[in-house]
Amino acid sequence: MTTEVGSETDVKKEPEKDPEVQQQTEQPEEPADHTASTSADQPQEQIQSGQAESDQEAAVSPEPSSPPAAGTQKKEKGISRFLPPWLKRQKSQSQDKPSESSAPPKQESVELKEEEEETSQPKEEVDAGGAAAASTEQTEEVKEVREEVQTEEKEKEKEEEESIGSADTQPVREEKEGELEVEEKEEEKKEEEKKEEGKKEEEKKEEGKKEEKQLIQQEASVLSTHKVNKKMKMVVCHVTLLDGSQFSCEVEKRTKGQYLFFQVCEHLNLLEKDYFGLSFKDHAEQRCWLDITKEIKRQIRNSQWQFTFSVKFYPPDPSQLTEDITRYLLCLQLRQDISSGRLPCSFVTHALLGSYTLQAELGDHDPDEHRLDYISDFQFAPNQTKELEEKVVELHKSHRGMTPAQADTQFLENAKKLSMYGVDLHHAKDSEGVDIMLGVCANGLLIYKDRLRINRFAWPKILKISYKRSNFYIKIRPGEAEQFESTVGFKLPNHRAAKRVWKVCVEHHTFFRLVSPEHPTKTKFLTLGSKFRYSGRTQAQTRQASSLIDRPAPNFQRSSSKRLSRSLDGAPVVSVSDYSQAAGAGENGPALELNSDSKSPQVEVMEEPNVDAATSITSEMAFEQTDGTGAPERKDLDKTQEDVLKHQASISELKRSFMEARPEPRPSQWDKHLSGSPVTSLRLQAHGSLEEELTSLFLSKACFSGLSGSCSTTAVPAEVPQETPPRPGTDSRDTSKNAEVKPEVDDQPEVIEVVEETVVIEEIVKAKPKSPAPEASIPVETEVKEERSLSSDSESEEEAEYHAQPPSTSISIQQIKEEPEEEQEAELTQQAPPSVIESQPSAEAAEPGPAAEEEKAAERTHEPLPTTDEAPNGHALQAEAPPTAEEEEPHIVNGSASRVEAEHLPQVICCSEPPVVKTEMVTISDTFAAQKTEISTKEVPIVHTETKTITYEAAQLDGNGDGEPGVLMTAQTITSESLCTTTTTHITKTLKGGQSETRIEKRIVITGDSDIDHDQALAQAIKEAKEQHPDMSVTRVVVHKETELAEDED
Amino acid sequence: MANIYPYGCFTHAVVRGIPESFGKLAEGGEGLQTDLAKAQRQMGVLTGALRQKVGLQLIEIPAVSELPESWRIEDVAVIQGDTALITRPLKQQRRAEAEAVRRVLNELKLTVLEMGDEEGRSAGATLEGSDVLFTGKEFFVGISKHTNHRGAEVLADTFKDFAVSTVPVCGGSRLKNICSMGGPDTIIISSSDGAKKTLRMMEQLTDHHYEILTVPEDVAANCVYIRGPAKVDFLLHPTAEECPNSVPAFQRLTDYTLLPTACSEASKLGAALSSLCLLINKKPNY
Repeated sequence: MTTEVGSETDVKKEPEKDPEVQQQTEQPEEPADHTASTSADQPQEQIQSGQAESDQEAAVSPEPSSPPAAGTQKKEKGISRFLPPWLKRQKSQSQDKPSESSAPPKQESVELKEEEEETSQPKEEVDAGGAAAASTEQTEEVKEVREEVQTEEKEKEKEEEESIGSADTQPVREEKEGELEVEEKEEEKKEEEKKEEGKKEEEKKEEGKKEEKQLIQQEASVLSTHKVNKKMKMVVCHVTLLDGSQFSCEVEKRTKGQYLFFQVCEHLNLLEKDYFGLSFKDHAEQRCWLDITKEIKRQIRNSQWQFTFSVKFYPPDPSQLTEDITRYLLCLQLRQDISSGRLPCSFVTHALLGSYTLQAELGDHDPDEHRLDYISDFQFAPNQTKELEEKVVELHKSHRGMTPAQADTQFLENAKKLSMYGVDLHHAKDSEGVDIMLGVCANGLLIYKDRLRINRFAWPKILKISYKRSNFYIKIRPGEAEQFESTVGFKLPNHRAAKRVWKVCVEHHTFFRLVSPEHPTKTKFLTLGSKFRYSGRTQAQTRQASSLIDRPAPNFQRSSSKRLSRSLDGAPVVSVSDYSQAAGAGENGPALELNSDSKSPQVEVMEEPNVDAATSITSEMAFEQTDGTGAPERKDLDKTQEDVLKHQASISELKRSFMEARPEPRPSQWDKHLSGSPVTSLRLQAHGSLEEELTSLFLSKACFSGLSGSCSTTAVPAEVPQETPPRPGTDSRDTSKNAEVKPEVDDQPEVIEVVEETVVIEEIVKAKPKSPAPEASIPVETEVKEERSLSSDSESEEEAEYHAQPPSTSISIQQIKEEPEEEQEAELTQQAPPSVIESQPSAEAAEPGPAAEEEKAAERTHEPLPTTDEAPNGHALQAEAPPTAEEEEPHIVNGSASRVEAEHLPQVICCSEPPVVKTEMVTISDTFAAQKTEISTKEVPIVHTETKTITYEAAQLDGNGDGEPGVLMTAQTITSESLCTTTTTHITKTLKGGQSETRIEKRIVITGDSDIDHDQALAQAIKEAKEQHPDMSVTRVVVHKETELAEDED
Repeated sequence: MANIYPYGCFTHAVVRGIPESFGKLAEGGEGLQTDLAKAQRQMGVLTGALRQKVGLQLIEIPAVSELPESWRIEDVAVIQGDTALITRPLKQQRRAEAEAVRRVLNELKLTVLEMGDEEGRSAGATLEGSDVLFTGKEFFVGISKHTNHRGAEVLADTFKDFAVSTVPVCGGSRLKNICSMGGPDTIIISSSDGAKKTLRMMEQLTDHHYEILTVPEDVAANCVYIRGPAKVDFLLHPTAEECPNSVPAFQRLTDYTLLPTACSEASKLGAALSSLCLLINKKPNY
């Protein structure tokens, strides 16, 4: 379980087939009437061999690591059992493939790479955290981060010093370095101030450092011990600008895209930046947009830190751009597009556009200076002919007197009319397998066959956009004559491509179509299977913001001529900060709230709507910690380690019991999960995937303690943790993480993070207070109401697919989508207080800060809130202090309770098998620590998807309740999505004989290809569920997995 | 873009005389009695209107008896701006018609492009100009028995600045039998079910907005709109005899100069007004 593995070969051996069929497999857990035992050939073999291997693995797995990681290990072990054995086999085979997604705490033997170093970071933090745990200072976190930075710097300094020596000494040097680091670390605390100074210097060193890393790899074994001490890493990003020049920028390795993006924009002196973006090439050489709201590192994975700055949204009317510099950049982009052939145009147009280019770059035609060859430097067309050049020159002469800005404007006026202007093309096949191109543009989606437009779907006609595996679907609004909506499906080369199209569509739709953020529901319509949203400004917003730009037109140089172009009067450049203010103002306007750029909604939420909410959360967090250690309520991120371990002990037991059962073989990707710590699963990235899982965890809790009040309350707010906690946590993390980066980052919306991090868990929690606590129930209801009102705003029909199994108990399902909207969140947050459980940040929350991801995940509950400046820890403590005390007790109780329950748990049940699909059905009966099971596999070669369903069911514990119908008090459904996961939480409360029972069912859909650590995600989800509801028990876990085979092997 | 102007600005028209062989070998002409003299008269009226009323420079290519359908000159080339694409009609024997047209277009200094060899990329491509509706902003290519996807692709490759959309031709043998341009942003279309179907497709495919002028008779759907040098809107349309119910529709076009132009003989052979001429704009706007 050491490494996470990148190989996903097994899964994909099957030849790809018909999309339609795959779709059918979606139904998560239909009770299986088919026994999937017919053809059990290959898969079974796999299983068996896998089992054997897994045993080995298990033996080997517990590798010692730093003490803090121990807990994690334990947990991992459990998880690994849970995971399919053959995965493990795979893993061992492909150990050398490092994947970032999961950083196992203890891998000593594997190749040492950057990722590993990163991995070590978490540990470090934990250590530090542990040390710092004693201190009660709130600021501890921040400090630590800074310290880390310093460490880093020092490291580099050391390196530099040493590197002066010679390359030969490198290994030795590395060792020293590690040692030195440790020493330094102790000193660091005093030296926070120096941090800034050293930063600049680092940049130069970075280059050399990269080279060093190569060497470092060889020294893996030596270094591994020292890795632990390494802290925040700086990386140099190379950005290719539109004029072809390079911009280098050093960023902290864990920084988000926006930091880099803003750096670039600042460098360019660009204010209207919403039209632009950074892209990178993934390992398949596909161009991907960098999501600036997410960590760079996670997106680029193993690719180079090499980016391209380019236009993302082509303004349909460039004349409406406010600044000439923006138009200039757009021109540069279009010139690229044209000369590369991406934007096809006729000879005449090439000539005309070329002539405007010359006018803009060179000024008036000068017969003396400008011989015919003066344009040979310019590329006007993919195939530039002499004839074209002559024509260009001829036209150039006619532009005499035109200023560069005018020439650019003319250029754009002509270019914008080109039919392919701003059309982002993607290869695809239609439902009949015919090669087509999907073109995403400002107005909608265009379908091309060769160069012919064969269909077009304007945004208003599109009801829903979704993707599933490598299929991309649009649901079309019925026409006048038609009665029913129709869905059009396209087949993309792989999941990644499908997702890419989907994202581009979501972004374009939001940017161009949604004028006002006042209608958040509109944005929701595009969210299926992913929480991804375009979080930037819409065109309307950016226009509004641009209208507020009040700076003298900046001077800028046009690339080829380096001629100073002064659009108005060459006034000095004004700093960007001005703009951001302006933008902020604009955003604050009635319509704009979605801005990611200058204002973070998050902050607003926390501050304005409810101090209470934040407070409450915080306080809860505090409780938990208290539980574990009994320490003072203030916590440090890291301090919790122990607590976490304790806390998780019960969880892990539960899991273990689940996991003892031998799962059937699964795709190799799952291996990663095993190896990686569960925590790391958080780092899921939604990249193409051929697999989908539906996971349901049912946690049911019978709370017999007199504490029923707290228990019952818990149930309702249960969802809150998932949604809200991440933010606070994120905030703090950001703050600390980016401390050096700067305030700007802090301001960034955290919403993003939430999105990204959302991991999914479905739980059913039953809280059955033995002694009915009137108070408890009342509060609950209130809360529910609140949520309902919220939910009314949101439309989440798109989730339907994923809602295949609504909890039987729930009568009305109301879904609240987690949207980055402040208000909604705020309310949810408020609800949080009542339950301890909720206070735990969801797994997703654990977006790894620079700090330990793993640890965080593990401790999620504990860390997130504390240090945030905004997070009113103080408040929380004060305000909520009393509850805290109470909570402590319950928590403990809960913990033990759950443990006990866990043991009875598993007993198997069901499997589902969708018809047409090749299906493996595995039934695992898992009783109490016993293993196993009957596994039947059925393999039908005809189809390309693989569907597996595993159900773990606890022996019915909830004795009290199920027999009687009870009165349904509340039912709600909450859905949250992230890039690769969708979480649907159904919470139902029923009153039975004076007891209130809360059942929480979480359905987690993890979508992604091999890049995603499904197992980890799953494990994480389970863990989270447990953590979130320590006082509840898991009654059922259903894993439904669909795998698309033989595809997406890139 | 360089060559996007509002539709309708033309400076030249190219026509070809009605040969003695008019009506023979012509498609659909089997059972119909065509009147050669009448056809020639009608052609004369057309050319007169183009030259004298509208004010275009008219180039008339002499008729050749060996090419009985050569008067359907619209089929032979698709012209947009400075570029002319010599098409490849479905009937092998019609391909010789292009020769004279090519010569004229070259003399007009158009960039004349061919559809390419029979082999290779454009193999099997057929394209006739009467299946091509150019709106000034984009092309619609009717997929009919005369024009296939390959041909449309070649067209798209030729006129790269423009969106080229393919639409099924319903209710007529050629796209222009059921619709034509009636103004810079106006499409005249027949009210037949097939035409409506085609129109719906066009509306779905376009990024632009067009006014739709629906006419009750199929024959009325083919008109010739020209914005004359004096900025006057001319519409050549079938006469009231040919389409009595559609004339009121034409009259709704305000400030238009309506030029009823008989085309009954050509109509018998499946042709229409627009089939008889190639319109060219030789007045560069830049």
